[in-house]
Amino acid sequence: MQYMLLIYNDPALEPAYGTPEFNDMMGGFFAANERMKADGVLRGGEGLQGVETATSLRIKAGKVETMDGPFAETREHLGGYYVIDVPDLDAALTYAALIPAAHFGTIEVRPLMNYNPAG
Amino acid sequence: MTAPGPASAIAVSKELDRVMQADRGRLLSVLAAGLRDLSLAEEALQEAAVSALSHWGRAGLPASPQGWLLQVARRKAIDVLRGTARDNRRAEALSVLAQEDAAPEPETIPDERLRLIFACCHPALEQKSRVALTLRAVCGLTTPEIARAFLDAEPTMGQRISRAKAKIAAAGIPFAVPDADHWPARLEAVLTTIYVIFTTGYVAGADEPRDLCLEAEYLMRLIDRLRPGDAEIEAALAMMLLTAARRAARVGPDGASLPPAEQDRRLWDAARLAEGRVILARAVARRQPGPFQIKAAIADCQMAEPAPDWKQIAALYGALCRHEPTPVVRLNAAVALAEAGDPSRGLSMIKALSGLDAYQPFHAARAALLAMTGDSAAALAAYRLAIATAPTEAEALFLKKRMKDLGISRAGRRPRRAS
Repeated sequence: MQYMLLIYNDPALEPAYGTPEFNDMMGGFFAANERMKADGVLRGGEGLQGVETATSLRIKAGKVETMDGPFAETREHLGGYYVIDVPDLDAALTYAALIPAAHFGTIEVRPLMNYNPAG
Repeated sequence: MTAPGPASAIAVSKELDRVMQADRGRLLSVLAAGLRDLSLAEEALQEAAVSALSHWGRAGLPASPQGWLLQVARRKAIDVLRGTARDNRRAEALSVLAQEDAAPEPETIPDERLRLIFACCHPALEQKSRVALTLRAVCGLTTPEIARAFLDAEPTMGQRISRAKAKIAAAGIPFAVPDADHWPARLEAVLTTIYVIFTTGYVAGADEPRDLCLEAEYLMRLIDRLRPGDAEIEAALAMMLLTAARRAARVGPDGASLPPAEQDRRLWDAARLAEGRVILARAVARRQPGPFQIKAAIADCQMAEPAPDWKQIAALYGALCRHEPTPVVRLNAAVALAEAGDPSRGLSMIKALSGLDAYQPFHAARAALLAMTGDSAAALAAYRLAIATAPTEAEALFLKKRMKDLGISRAGRRPRRAS
């Protein structure tokens, strides 16, 4: 099964660039990436730029409305994601626990929809 | 073979009832583990049972009714999956089923109920859903029975159970016993779920149509049998037996609840008490103390002869604080300390706690400790608060009696002191 691991966190709680904690976090991401690659489960993943760079769009009565900022006004924002292919939720949770952002944010684990009718 | 008649129809339906009563959980767990889908497993087993009624009536009882039901249920599931196979998971389930179906019918059906229990009690499900699902799938309670036990409307409970089953299938919650790394945390989720079932039954009383205490005891004994030699499972079973032993004594003749120290010991269930102590000793001998072992030891010390061993209980709560540093455990530690003879230290521990304002036992404990230290006015206010939010009538009565005693001690007697 494929799962997306969505990384949510409050940028204010993230370790600051240049501190030892920041280096630990980057080392943690590196180790998680290597482990997922070595286990052959990694299908993709990216980090996102900050929410101050976000633009939101919706169509109301046929008219495109564009807004500055993210969709949800919350403190924890989507900061990045992984897509992994593993047998079940327990395996997905084990990889989610490797993501260093779990220490100061939340990792949401969601199965992907399967659109392949042939199975 | 005699021609089927009304008598044989009754015999068939009786035998089917017997098998489904005794082995439903077992059959369901084997099916669900292969299908990775509890709803489909239930549906297939139900259809197999319907087929059994007509088939057994025509052809007579099979040599192994369980084996027959399992095989037919598998074929029913294959039919359903063939009609709807549209993703990898279903295709996988189909191939597993096909293999199982091709294998010769086993002499005995493997017991996969541990896998079913770990799926039903998965931390990815809400606590209440874990409880409901375990009662439904493993104990075979009906949705109306579960709704009744938790004072929920039937449709609400029905929705909760189907949502939980759908999440197991869609989120890929495995029907698997967790590996050593995940065992302690996952086992705790299972034991806690079973304990919620027990506590719900304990509060409701034994005259409910389905006694949840007995269901919880059945579950605890089942996992102890399926995973023998685990110190925490043994401890949880011991604690349950010790607590259940006091059940008939927990409310006095006047309807007020009684703490173990004030209970009529003749009403304690001697068989459960003895068995609980034997199992606890077995767990302790394994030298792997966990939170349930400490809690079981506390339950044991509360039933010590001739009175609770408060010094030991206070020491055990201290140890429990290291495993579970929660305000609730600290509250109990403070009460034990006070009962062991140091009410002012207990009270200062309670005063340092925060976040328990909405927790009724906090006010009850605070009232008792204030009374012990002689602060009757503050005790009175705390008792009023505790009585107003008491969860049961029996508990409210108990607290009212304590509050009345306070009036007597205010009028002249010295405040009660633990010696």
